[in-house]
Amino acid sequence: MSDTHAHHDDHDHGHAHGSYAGYIKGFVLSVILTAIPFGLVMAGGFDSRALTAVTVIGFAVVQILVHMVYFLHMNGTQEEGWTLLSTIFTIVVVVILLAGSLWVMYHMNNNMMPQMNHELMQGLGS
Amino acid sequence: MSTASTNPIARYWQLEPHHHPEGSSTSLGFWVYLMSDCLMFAVLFAVYGVLANSFAAGPGPKDLFDLELVAVNTAMLLLSSITFGFAMLAMGKGDKAGTLRWLLVTLFFGLCFLAIELYEFHHLIHIGAGPQRSGFLSAFFVLVGTHGLHVTFGSIWLVTLMVQLRRKGLITANRRRMVCLSMFWHFLDVIWIGVFTFVYLLGMI
Repeated sequence: MSDTHAHHDDHDHGHAHGSYAGYIKGFVLSVILTAIPFGLVMAGGFDSRALTAVTVIGFAVVQILVHMVYFLHMNGTQEEGWTLLSTIFTIVVVVILLAGSLWVMYHMNNNMMPQMNHELMQGLGS
Repeated sequence: MSTASTNPIARYWQLEPHHHPEGSSTSLGFWVYLMSDCLMFAVLFAVYGVLANSFAAGPGPKDLFDLELVAVNTAMLLLSSITFGFAMLAMGKGDKAGTLRWLLVTLFFGLCFLAIELYEFHHLIHIGAGPQRSGFLSAFFVLVGTHGLHVTFGSIWLVTLMVQLRRKGLITANRRRMVCLSMFWHFLDVIWIGVFTFVYLLGMI
């Protein structure tokens, strides 16, 4: 049992460094995925601001995946899948944290602000 | 397996001492550390997201950011990422001189990134848009500054590792340190994708 385990770890170490072609491919993809959103925003973006924002975020997500695969060598078999599992767990927490914070604060701003009149706000401020 | 017949517990647990190769679980442990770091950055991103429009009648992103400078900065970090990859490949081939050479190139690009960022911070503070100007600028300086601090510590680690490589060569411990630092360095690049997208690009739309 312990023998096969040791062999498995050696196997992982050998593969963890990637290849020359892999790094070049990742680099070229990253350059393209960076240049397009920068070019888009510098050129003024689409007519719809929301569409521009969604496009830019889409490119970021794809580029993060490219980095994960080609530079960080993520795959389902590394460390018997524990690396991938901890990553998925983190992504879930990050999404809940970001979406939750923004959602709550957006609604706070929308619902609380109109009820405050100006005298009250000035009273609080002084 | 002979103990299994005499000791019933051995059917369920391995009782013989067994050795894992040195550092076999280090990369997983380091990855878990990076994921905790990722959560810290997520909190800073959330703070920035909440405060991004709190200008306090001060300057906004469009008055302050220079996208060309950010593009150059991004290029520096991307180049440093691939040169670190080449250092890892040289290490895989047992080429100590090549590893050191690529690490030096990586350090150069890392320091270029830091220099550009310090220039940007200095410029912002100089024109009166420092962290105390508004909630937006506080969140900006904390988020981007924390990333810059990570790059600073990564650079210090890089120098330390180069000294160790020069003195001891490509021993197992140094190879393990290289694997960890490469993960740290590529991870910083991933965080920077979030920074340039959410802070700079979305701010300039």
